Amino acid sequence: MIDFRLGDEYEALRKTVRDFAQSEVAPVIGEYYEREEFPYDLVATMGRMGLFGLPFPEEHGGMGGDYFALCLALEELARVDSSVAITLEAGVSLGAMPIHRFGSEEQKREWLPALCTGEALGAFGLTEPGGGSDAGATRTTARLDGGQWVINGSKAFITNSGTDITRLVTVTAVTGQQPDGRKEISTIIVPSGTPGFTVAPKYSKVGWNASDTHELAFDDCRVPEANLLGERGRGYAQFLSILDEGRIAIAALSVGLAQGCVDECVRYVGEREAFGQKIGTYQAIQFKIADMESRAHTARLAYYQAAAKMLRGEPFKKEAAIAKLVSSNAAMDNAREATQIFGGYGFMNEFPVGRFYRDAKILEIGEGTSEVQRMLIARELGLP
Amino acid sequence: MPNIVVLVKQVPDTYSERKLNESDHTLDRESADAVLDEINERAVEEALKIKEASEGEVTVLCVGPDRATDAIRKALSMGADKAIHVSDESLHGSDMVATAKVIAAAIGRVEGVDLVIAGNEASDGRGGAVPAMLAELLGMPQLTHARQVTVDGSTVQVDRETEEGLTHLEAGLPAVISVTEKINEPRYPSFKGIMAAKKKPVETLTVADLGVDAGEVGLANAWSTVLEAAPKPPRTAGQRVDDEGDGGTKIAEYLVGQKLI
Ligand SMILES: Cc1cc2nc3c(=O)[nH]c(=O)nc-3n(C[C@H](O)[C@H](O)[C@H](O)COP(=O)(O)OP(=O)(O)OC[C@H]3O[C@@H](n4cnc5c(N)ncnc54)[C@H](O)[C@@H]3O)c2cc1C
Repeated sequence: MIDFRLGDEYEALRKTVRDFAQSEVAPVIGEYYEREEFPYDLVATMGRMGLFGLPFPEEHGGMGGDYFALCLALEELARVDSSVAITLEAGVSLGAMPIHRFGSEEQKREWLPALCTGEALGAFGLTEPGGGSDAGATRTTARLDGGQWVINGSKAFITNSGTDITRLVTVTAVTGQQPDGRKEISTIIVPSGTPGFTVAPKYSKVGWNASDTHELAFDDCRVPEANLLGERGRGYAQFLSILDEGRIAIAALSVGLAQGCVDECVRYVGEREAFGQKIGTYQAIQFKIADMESRAHTARLAYYQAAAKMLRGEPFKKEAAIAKLVSSNAAMDNAREATQIFGGYGFMNEFPVGRFYRDAKILEIGEGTSEVQRMLIARELGLP
Repeated sequence: MPNIVVLVKQVPDTYSERKLNESDHTLDRESADAVLDEINERAVEEALKIKEASEGEVTVLCVGPDRATDAIRKALSMGADKAIHVSDESLHGSDMVATAKVIAAAIGRVEGVDLVIAGNEASDGRGGAVPAMLAELLGMPQLTHARQVTVDGSTVQVDRETEEGLTHLEAGLPAVISVTEKINEPRYPSFKGIMAAKKKPVETLTVADLGVDAGEVGLANAWSTVLEAAPKPPRTAGQRVDDEGDGGTKIAEYLVGQKLI
């Protein structure tokens, strides 16, 4: 049986988020972006809407939905703006999800309720200044001393790590050596404000300018031994699994951006005139938009299918990598074409397409570069 | 513990092009996206606020075609407890008097109603008289155009705002209230609310179920008839006045020419 219709509840959620994005995000986000300011009030509303709790059970303050519901919300947000979308994506799938997936009951009870309402944000620190793709090469260390983990090292490009409402960063660190000589990596929760944990001033970025990104430094930073997340030495496997899911979420976000480009262009080409005609009457423009719509459409099918496999509990590594690869390409291609269609206005920050152009590139880099996705796909094919 | 009925209507989205049917000049419901009227979202929000302050129950009441269930579901997903949907082919083209009669009959099926909350006017017909007619039919006090509502035990106080000014009203319950855009900012339904709404009871009734005479409703029995309808002419370009020291005079001349001053 094959059925691509979404259930009523998914459609209702999609409509609700679309309505929010259009009526509350669209009018103000350009200014936040220009000022490189984190949109606390929008995040608070998203929290009240329950978006941060979408895939988590009600007993921990969640909405009792699933990961696909999160993806739909991300797509609709990113159709209007990627900064708010990535804030949600990182908050849920990188910040709260590791605690939900690997945390003890006590850790879940301590952290999840505030993360689910968006009152607090969590971040996930994997990438280091020395490298992200080869995350197994982690240099940050954590050693046990008197019932505490003592953490030393640094993390780079960590989303949501320095807002006023950030409560914790989950970091990966080397906690020893495995019998085969490889690094033993574990995941540890570091509450914001812990002495020895410093958050550097925010980066100046090319895009995602209303999203919060910092470099983090750990200098003899001590946290209780009980802050270990899940089993010691399982850190590598944990983040690989978190990233597999996260790829579907980034794919959804990318599809949103790709579709947002189509939305903007369809509107614009019906108004703009050149050589005495609406530019939308020229086939060269029509074909560009037809290609853009096709890319958004096929990328959406790819992430729907990856999500469906994941929800059914089937292996989805390859599908998630394909979805992330094609949708981030679609976002980048559509942003480039949309900017072209807008002409000079496309290069102006006051139009959303300029923002889409600046926001698209990171989608081919974050949560696994396109090269890493190809490596994963090749590996799944059993290539030598 | 007030028992509240909120009136909701499904209307064509104000963002889409709204048209009348060429055959009978009734609303063309197919040509536009249908949504829960925004003023009704505010009415639901107000009911939920009152309920949250002192418990009670919120029933959504909708008169409209089958597909109005979408609007009902939205109100339920915001947090209303149950719904009554009056859907009947014979209601097509009903005027405000007939609509008010049907609503009154449906409200009669809810036991112990303390408050009826409506929007002050729907964004499609814009008649704005149904709440008042309903209050007459139900024999309840009417507190219309409310921008603030306070329920205090068995009384309700309302700040009524119209172009004539601000009036402070108070009435004993039960009462009919209609609210304006200023009343509140409606909440977005949460996913939990959306899921819960699927399980909330919706009672679907026909005109016959309500004991209303079919001869009192529908297009043929409306008290007024639309003889002709034409779309609004497109807006003209306007007139530009360059100020060469006499800008004020030119504007005054224009306004006199338009018989505005
Ligand atoms: C705005 C922003 C937000 C981010 N948020 C987070 C976050 O919240 N948490 C977090 O942990 N990280 C985060 N990151 C980091 C991001 O995931 C990494 O930048 C990404 O994984 C790439 O790592 P890198 O930058 O070290 O590049 P490198 O790993 O140094 O890669 C450099 C280039 O080499 C290529 N390459 C590497 N290895 C191979 C190979 N074997 N074969 C072929 N090509 C190869 C890569 O594809 C890339 O093109 C964020 C980054 C940005 C920019």
